[in-house]
Amino acid sequence: MGTGSVNYIPLGYGDVAIAAILVVVNGLLSLWFALGLERQLAIATVRMLVQLILVGLVLHVLFDAMSLFWTLLAALVMIGFAGREAIARQERPFTGWWSYGLGTSTMMIAGALVTILALTTAVRPEPWYDPRFAIPMLGMILGNTMNGISLGLNTLTVGAARERNAVEARLALGATRWEALGTVTRGALRSGMMPIINSMSATGLVSLPGMMTGQILSGVPPEQAVKYQLLIMFLIAGATAIGSLAAVMLGAYRLTDYRHRLRLDRLRTVRR
Amino acid sequence: MREATSLDVRRLSHPHLSVQPFVVADGELVVVTGPSGAGKSLLLRAIADLDPNDGEIELDGERRDASPAPAWRRRVVYVAAESGWWADIVGEHFADRTRAAALAPSVGMPAECFDWPVSRLSTGERQRLALLRALSLTPRALLLDEPTSGLDPDATAAVEGHLRSELARGTAILMVSHDAAQAERLSSRRLRVEAGQVWEPGP
Repeated sequence: MGTGSVNYIPLGYGDVAIAAILVVVNGLLSLWFALGLERQLAIATVRMLVQLILVGLVLHVLFDAMSLFWTLLAALVMIGFAGREAIARQERPFTGWWSYGLGTSTMMIAGALVTILALTTAVRPEPWYDPRFAIPMLGMILGNTMNGISLGLNTLTVGAARERNAVEARLALGATRWEALGTVTRGALRSGMMPIINSMSATGLVSLPGMMTGQILSGVPPEQAVKYQLLIMFLIAGATAIGSLAAVMLGAYRLTDYRHRLRLDRLRTVRR
Repeated sequence: MREATSLDVRRLSHPHLSVQPFVVADGELVVVTGPSGAGKSLLLRAIADLDPNDGEIELDGERRDASPAPAWRRRVVYVAAESGWWADIVGEHFADRTRAAALAPSVGMPAECFDWPVSRLSTGERQRLALLRALSLTPRALLLDEPTSGLDPDATAAVEGHLRSELARGTAILMVSHDAAQAERLSSRRLRVEAGQVWEPGP
């Protein structure tokens, strides 16, 4: 592709403002039904606004700089935020640095492996770290892997706490920690993989994926947009699998100790 | 030389317990008594190594930390007061289903109960099957947490019969019980637990 200039229709901030009225409708709905969501909704909207405008500026600078150092730095910052979001809404997060550490390290492993694989084998931009390819691809991969890791970890920790009697009954009968947590870890992996399987099967029928829509809106031929979308979906599926597996296994490792004991004392209790 | 010492608790450091050394010999049953919340279950869990603790505990002269925890727990089997079930069907919890089915009537359960879903079992039925599950490992020592608390007199007698044949086989048993008459029936040795203090009262 790369015909240089593409035929997209430029938007002004005024055009965007009209669509923003719809969020106000959400807020009114929340007030009307006393859902108590208006505060969260307002914060989320402002956050999105500020984050996206800032990221637009940052990307502009990054694309002009075309430097390996700045691209890597941007990638690390993205991974750091993704790691934080992955563990932000856990019902039973790990104590201490394990929570954030688990989210970030698994995000890093999955995101880096898959993005580098795609850049060096499929897309092959020149240079390989060209931020115009590397950053958006990493972003899409992280955004989805985050869900897998977040759901996987949450199902693992909540499940282990709820199934404490069953897990300890197995341990007491001489099962290893991996055998004893087997049912819980399988459930956690299943829920980590569920979103990507859902979106792969619904894609094209229920939803037109965002990236493909974006490429079509900016004038890329549909067949090319489809190929890019397929590539991205495969990458996301791979990264989600790697990320959820790493997070659930490391989580199960931390939930137990070398004497094969269930260590629920390594979980915190938050909210509600 | 070590035939008389089965389960030897020489030292046990635990954040909530202070334990005086004691021994449970082959074929001997020791009843653990004390008020609720005193730490009786914690004591059994600590010996089974299910909670973090440090100590010198031996079985037939072999130190606990010399073998991996799962191997220790297959020989020194803990049966919790509230039994845990991880599969849907009762029989899936037993390694040797045929053998377990043969034993079921002896605790007052029909042999076909192994095809039942776990959700169909009453608390007392679960308790008896959990004991059966532990016995099917042919353990050297048993740590039982109120094994008859929810049972009617017939079922209690059946369970006590099982315990007697385990003792005859040479199993060492440490058992928490709130039932003074039952304690009287089964053994003369007591271990007292109060506010985390564990000791053997003099005769």
